[in-house]
Amino acid sequence: MAGFRQLLRNTPEGLYCPPGDFHIDPVRPVPRAIITHGHSDHARSGHGAVLATPQTLAIMAARYGADFAEKSEAASYGQRVTRNAVEVTLMPAGHVLGSAQAVLRWKGMTAVISGDYKRRRDPTCPLFEPVPCNLFVSEATFGLPVFRFPDASDEVAKLLKSVSLFPERTHLVGAYALGKAQRIICLLREAGYQKTLYMHGAMDSMNALYQADGVSLGPLAPATGAAKNALPGEIVIAPPSAIADKWARRFADPIPAFASGWMMVRARARQRHVELPLVVSDHADWDELTETFTELKPEELWITHGSEEALLRWAALNDVSATALEIAGYEDEDE
Amino acid sequence: MKAFARLLDQLAFTPSRNAKLTLLREYLGHAPDPERGWALAALTGALRFDAKPGFIRKAAEARLDPQLFALSYDFVGDLAETVALVWPARPGANREPELPEVVEALRTASRREVPQLLERWLDALDAAGRWALLKLLTGGLRVGVSARLAKQALATLGDVPVGDIEEIWHSQEPPYGDLFAWLEKRSERPSADAPGRFRPVMLAQAIDEATDFARYDAADYAAEWKWDGIRVQAASEAGQRRLYSRTGEDIAAAFPDVMAALTFDGVIDGELLIFNKGHAAPFGDLQQRLNRKAADAKLMARFPAGIRTYDLLMDGAEDLRALPFAERRQRLEAFIAKLGSDRIDLSPLQPFASWDELAALRANPPEGDPQIAEGLMLKRWDSIYEPGRPKGPWFKWKRDPHLIDAVLMYAQRGHGKRSGYYSDYTFGVWREDANGDRSLTPVGKAYFGFTDEELKRLDKFVRDNTIARFGPVRSVRADKDFGLVLEIAFEGLQRSSRHKSGVAMRFPRVNRIRWDKPAREADELPTLERMLD
Repeated sequence: MAGFRQLLRNTPEGLYCPPGDFHIDPVRPVPRAIITHGHSDHARSGHGAVLATPQTLAIMAARYGADFAEKSEAASYGQRVTRNAVEVTLMPAGHVLGSAQAVLRWKGMTAVISGDYKRRRDPTCPLFEPVPCNLFVSEATFGLPVFRFPDASDEVAKLLKSVSLFPERTHLVGAYALGKAQRIICLLREAGYQKTLYMHGAMDSMNALYQADGVSLGPLAPATGAAKNALPGEIVIAPPSAIADKWARRFADPIPAFASGWMMVRARARQRHVELPLVVSDHADWDELTETFTELKPEELWITHGSEEALLRWAALNDVSATALEIAGYEDEDE
Repeated sequence: MKAFARLLDQLAFTPSRNAKLTLLREYLGHAPDPERGWALAALTGALRFDAKPGFIRKAAEARLDPQLFALSYDFVGDLAETVALVWPARPGANREPELPEVVEALRTASRREVPQLLERWLDALDAAGRWALLKLLTGGLRVGVSARLAKQALATLGDVPVGDIEEIWHSQEPPYGDLFAWLEKRSERPSADAPGRFRPVMLAQAIDEATDFARYDAADYAAEWKWDGIRVQAASEAGQRRLYSRTGEDIAAAFPDVMAALTFDGVIDGELLIFNKGHAAPFGDLQQRLNRKAADAKLMARFPAGIRTYDLLMDGAEDLRALPFAERRQRLEAFIAKLGSDRIDLSPLQPFASWDELAALRANPPEGDPQIAEGLMLKRWDSIYEPGRPKGPWFKWKRDPHLIDAVLMYAQRGHGKRSGYYSDYTFGVWREDANGDRSLTPVGKAYFGFTDEELKRLDKFVRDNTIARFGPVRSVRADKDFGLVLEIAFEGLQRSSRHKSGVAMRFPRVNRIRWDKPAREADELPTLERMLD
């Protein structure tokens, strides 16, 4: 085909679509941007016009204020939007609330930019929808065969078992405020845990957004302001940075837990002084990544942010034409 | 296998001793026989397979592209863990194996059969199960459980004193069916009558100088020097020779020279020391021989080990533990004299007439071995040998520690209750280079000796004065114009090639925090060097 690089290319600002004249998840301010999801490294403030799902726009407004961009346009999942000659559709990516794949159609070719995604069920957002395409641009956060995540419900069962074994201690779960925290809450509810869950203040605005979007979180209360040795036997959810810090001292002999795909590897858990690692990730693991590539069979695969090397090797072994794109500026929200 | 794997997983991440006890007790109380018995054996080192890791790697590379395996290993950094994580299970695997099946199969399998067995099990297990299996196979559980801790968990499980478990421990064999039956009150206590078994040791309380001397009469006590080695119990009964640490761990393998000298029939209690032409060598020399699986002739010639005895528990078949110390002592002296060994000698009694006289001896020990003693031991003449740490019959009276003023240089976060605090402190003293410039050189690390209140202030100091971060470590401002002086107490000082300063401290701790003292007035390296043992 006449070259996917006419439709999509890598620039210092991030992925750029010349015929549509817009960027996707740019890391610097640009005139026109499509934003796949609300995590701060993908959704930055200061762009001219932003196209995203209504949920992602709400997340950006909550994080950066209503003036996060000069102009914003909402596109629901499946709704077709035209940008010059390029037809843009946002499809569910299964990553967090409002997360989308950007599907670009131009001159008979289809390119899908996955954003961050996972293939597993998540009670807080719709499932990833595979879209047949010529070019698939995939994330690679957990692109190593060591990352094959267990069932998230088993991990939550571990947490509940520990709570029953140590009723005199507070379980302090580190979870990213957008997505992971609400998923953990919903998984706890699904496992039958109906008690009040205690929240670090940084969770409040995202929890409210999820609830406004119809995600039921059950009884929540602030953990902040609690007295010394507070909340024995309770579960507290906080940003990862807070669980081993000063903030954690108010609780009763806390057990630091951390919900992240990185918890698959012991050394990572130990470095962070985590005593109860919970392998729960909002990214695709090795099997999900490679099975997605096999399912979509794109003519070309571009791999962005993460461990590209092993996926390139997999592609070579499986006769898939693949290239690594180095897009600077994306961080992993779990870190 | 699942429950055992889960237990290992949790133990590995749990720093707190109490939490470990809870986890162990929970597992041992719920897992069925004989699984829990094999698990206990694996945790206490009574069950080992020591398979070479090479064939495990080979098995993995047969399943996964070597380049993908190499990338994975590079990221994870541990072979067993990498294989456990990347293992691509074949669909249609067997049912998950139970721990007793695995143990039974490994004990009977030939070397050629092991790889096939392993492959089948890896296919059937999940990642945590694979990790537990591989760790079990390669003999390195390393989950921070000592035999002592496991026995403590058994004691809470059966609600019996831990001494009762130690007394019979060495007569029991995995999978410990009789032991569990007794702990669950389903049968009588198993017989402890095994030759060479461990006898729970009697320990001393630290003396309280302020009150104890007024309370006790000097005439009731014998005194001897407190030797700076490790407490051991040497048993030689009915051809069974054993050398135990004070917690009942068998350390015989590292000390063939001592084992060869156990040519008696009985059980002695004493201090394991390195003997240098009949004289006790400093602790650092003994350290060269500790924590080894074996000892070669060269090492043994350089650091010959022996026992300085201070008690006799069994004389032949006669149990002396119910006799008063005075009588046991006479029997010991006769026993050692008859033995006539150059590796097993007698810890001499130190005569004294009053506590004041003893205090003077402690402050100025006589020439010879007492100079490197840790202090004094006081034992009531009429004390029977009573396991545990009873208050009154035996006291230890340590020498005052060495003290230096050092400057806080680096801090690291602690674990468990202290996980939010910078509670591990590396400190340094001044050293002058050839140009006469003074700089700090690290000389040790301390992580206790302060109160919770002091910890909060120290933590705040670290946070407020951080100048650089290296992973979990913070570098704290420390120069001639600014820095925090810590008064460090320690027990001894050794030359060390592993430390930049050339010295290594024994048992350092924060004695006082000198908020008042300017950093430039902290001690210098030569001061420290004069304290070398």
